[in-house]
Amino acid sequence: MNEWLTTVLIAFPVAAALVVWLVPWTNQMAGSLALLAALVEVGIWINALTRFDFNGGLEFEQQEEWFGDLGVSYHVGLYGWSLWLVGMAVVVGAAAIAYAYWNGRENPRAYFGLMLFLTGAIVGVFSSQDLLVFYVFFEAMLIPLYVLVGVWGGPGRLGATIKFVIYTMAGSLLMLAAIVAYGLERGSFDIPDSGTSDNHWIFLGFVIAFAVKAPLFPLHGWLPDAYRESSAEVSAVLSGVVSKAAGFGFLAIAIPLFPGPADDLQPLVLGLAAAGLIYGSYLAFRAPDVRGVIAYSSLAQMSLITIGIFALDDLGRSGAVLHMVNHGLVSAALFLLAGAVERRTATGELSRLGGMARGRPALATVLMATGIIALAVPGSGAFAGEFLILSGIFDDGWGWAVAGAFAIVLAAMYMLRLISGVLHQDVGPSVPDEALDLRPAELAVIVPLVGLLLALSAWPAAITEHLSF
Amino acid sequence: MDTPVVDWFALSPSLALLAAAGLALLGAVLVPRAAVRIFSAVVCALGFVGAGVAAGLLFWKSPESSYEVADTIVRDRYGALAQLIVAGAGVLAVAISYGQRTRREHVGEYFALLAACGGGMVFLVQATTLMTLFLGLEWFSICLYILCAIEIDRVASLEAGLKYLIVGSFGSAVLLFGSALVYGATGELEFGAIAAAIEDQGLVNDGLVLAGLAMMIAGLGFKASAAPFHMWTPDVYEGAPTPVTAFMSAATKAVALVLALRVLVTAFPAEDDLWTIAVAVIAIVSLAWGNIAALVQRNLKRMLAYSSISHAGFMLIAIAADSELGAKALLFYLIPYAAASLGAFAVIAARERELGEQVSIENIGGMGWERPTLGVGMWVFMLAFAGLPLTGGFVGKFYVFAAAYDSGLWWLVVAGVIATAISLYYYLAVIRAMYMRMPAELQLAPAGGSPPREALLSATVVVCMAVTVVTFFAVQPLIDVTEKAASQLPF
Repeated sequence: MNEWLTTVLIAFPVAAALVVWLVPWTNQMAGSLALLAALVEVGIWINALTRFDFNGGLEFEQQEEWFGDLGVSYHVGLYGWSLWLVGMAVVVGAAAIAYAYWNGRENPRAYFGLMLFLTGAIVGVFSSQDLLVFYVFFEAMLIPLYVLVGVWGGPGRLGATIKFVIYTMAGSLLMLAAIVAYGLERGSFDIPDSGTSDNHWIFLGFVIAFAVKAPLFPLHGWLPDAYRESSAEVSAVLSGVVSKAAGFGFLAIAIPLFPGPADDLQPLVLGLAAAGLIYGSYLAFRAPDVRGVIAYSSLAQMSLITIGIFALDDLGRSGAVLHMVNHGLVSAALFLLAGAVERRTATGELSRLGGMARGRPALATVLMATGIIALAVPGSGAFAGEFLILSGIFDDGWGWAVAGAFAIVLAAMYMLRLISGVLHQDVGPSVPDEALDLRPAELAVIVPLVGLLLALSAWPAAITEHLSF
Repeated sequence: MDTPVVDWFALSPSLALLAAAGLALLGAVLVPRAAVRIFSAVVCALGFVGAGVAAGLLFWKSPESSYEVADTIVRDRYGALAQLIVAGAGVLAVAISYGQRTRREHVGEYFALLAACGGGMVFLVQATTLMTLFLGLEWFSICLYILCAIEIDRVASLEAGLKYLIVGSFGSAVLLFGSALVYGATGELEFGAIAAAIEDQGLVNDGLVLAGLAMMIAGLGFKASAAPFHMWTPDVYEGAPTPVTAFMSAATKAVALVLALRVLVTAFPAEDDLWTIAVAVIAIVSLAWGNIAALVQRNLKRMLAYSSISHAGFMLIAIAADSELGAKALLFYLIPYAAASLGAFAVIAARERELGEQVSIENIGGMGWERPTLGVGMWVFMLAFAGLPLTGGFVGKFYVFAAAYDSGLWWLVVAGVIATAISLYYYLAVIRAMYMRMPAELQLAPAGGSPPREALLSATVVVCMAVTVVTFFAVQPLIDVTEKAASQLPF
């Protein structure tokens, strides 16, 4: 049974997507079914968590031949750390679907079908153990995202999708070329069994693809448009979960398969990540709207995660994984809150917002709690992650750690600016007096995310001591 | 001179289709007028099914390749697999053609020509002498010239037929002249004997042989619509009746490329350092020209014409690899490509019949929501063309790249990757138009309402979709089949 568990985690949401999409349900039914499926998926994950042996290396492994003449097989399995990423993905996916269900979307069968399909593809990415399987899931994520942004997005969605697709596809096609070259040289596309390579060019092919997806400076051109034009829950999944595919790629593929090149090019990647960290924080501080702040903070946080990964030691890696889970939950919660604010005021411009705390205690509390965790206040899970990343990178040069520490100060600046811009100051011109506090349904979606963040703040070792790299 | 022994079994695919053509022609005269359409379509479809069954049996019963009918045709799995692709494309083309508003007095001829055309194609892929090569090529080309022009009420159709006739004849002439030069230099007609003669008589650098080889590549390039021999393609694809375009884009390209690989590796193995480079250059030109020109097209049939040029480029990469892996890649690539091509043109045919005008990016707007099955079909076909996962197009492209890399042609991989990136723009433009336009922009069906949905067209699209997706998941069995076929070529 256990060897099927990974496949079930991947296939269940995809099957549910087909059921939602193909059967002519009423709108209400389609949404409820999708939400139910997403919650069942979380249940399957919890079941997997209880069965997981954190001392066992690769667990729930399954391998079936796909095309043998080139050494390609359907090979999936989970390490401790990828299990946490999967958990974060299914939780955020369920929250996004619940939020969309509450908000109502046109053509709900297509919409929820695509959301479920996206969840399955993301789980597939985090559990692939074959390069071609990884590529397939990596691309399969793009297909539903393209439609979700392009059909249900904001007014500028067409431009945003074109940019998003061209950036990511250019990256992934380079990766495809790299995969072909690597696999044929090694005679196998299996990630654990194909050995290592010293080819810098192939390594770069992978790194560029992941750097686009993360994104890393200077390949982040698609990010602001995509995050602004998507519906709130799609932005939540994009920045919270999809970006972590890059982290997985670095951790599972780029570094273990290319130890030599990773070591040689470490300063290059670290340099770009440090630049992105500072630059993203600065842009987040200057961004005129709520989503801009969250989008650019996402750029900064992904850069920080990359720094942790490219510290190339256990401390940095552990911190990176913890921070990936934290940031996934934080940015999902923040984007959903941004959606809630936009729904009430029809704008995200900070200059037209303000004073929303008065008479809206739930919104104020939840936004404040999420924001405080996002700025990595000591005691929060984000602080634990960032601390591990900085201690990990310290050995490689204190300069990197200084850049990281500086960025934490910047994070405090932009998060506090966001919080006060929305909640405090004078009541903004776009904030109507009758704008409601968070409704119970919204609270039911966002509070569990915040609850998980608080749990991770209390016990970060739940993740950092159960990684089994 | 004695009559040679005729292996009727080896000829059976062609014979099935010729019989169907004859029956359909008779039916045009003898069957009551109201029943001509259904009669000739069924006969034509049965012909293709019969050819497919025969090809399947040939594949099964030919574990060793053998030369038949006085060594003029070869009976092997490589040819049989190509025949299967042609037969499948033919059945689907009949389904697309059935609802086409061809003039009643031409319907019988239409299906007869379609069957005869398929007969020529399945004959051609078995060719193993310069004579049978030319015979097969002209056989199906002449049928196609007429098919393109069969809608005589439309100037565009006539123009397409004329253009294809002139340019196609020029291509055939070049091929014939090249064959003559090769024959003149070697004194042999049969491919294997040509190779032996080149070897024995030291003709590797012979001017006549080289000129002949170049002209033969050019001639086959015309048929496969590879750049720079593609000039006819956009106009003919646009003007020809859509079902004919669908059949051409799938079957003509398949047989031309399959045959090109056979000729090159059996007749000219000694020159392979030259023709691999030539083919690689043609591949790159096709990729560049096809993709860049497709970017600016508004007419969908024209856009797919340029896209088909770029796909010829991809398949030429597999030929340039000059290896068994390359042959496997070519054969595999053809299956999802043919399915996606037929399916995409079926969707276009459906829209064309709804609107009564040429389909463009503008007037396909909103179709995805109006016709969900066709919309999802178009999605799948565009993804397959672009080589994205969950479609067989991805596996095909992967095999092509793997073959090129394996033969040391890494720069062709780079070219293919760049071409794929460019192609996404226009493939996704179709999806964008079908799903993402503002409601105000949508151009709904004309006043008086759309004609009823054609169940046959929807079924065709579903079948094509199924083939496109199944080729992604069931790679191993298909690769085993292509492996058996490819291993019979002399690498």
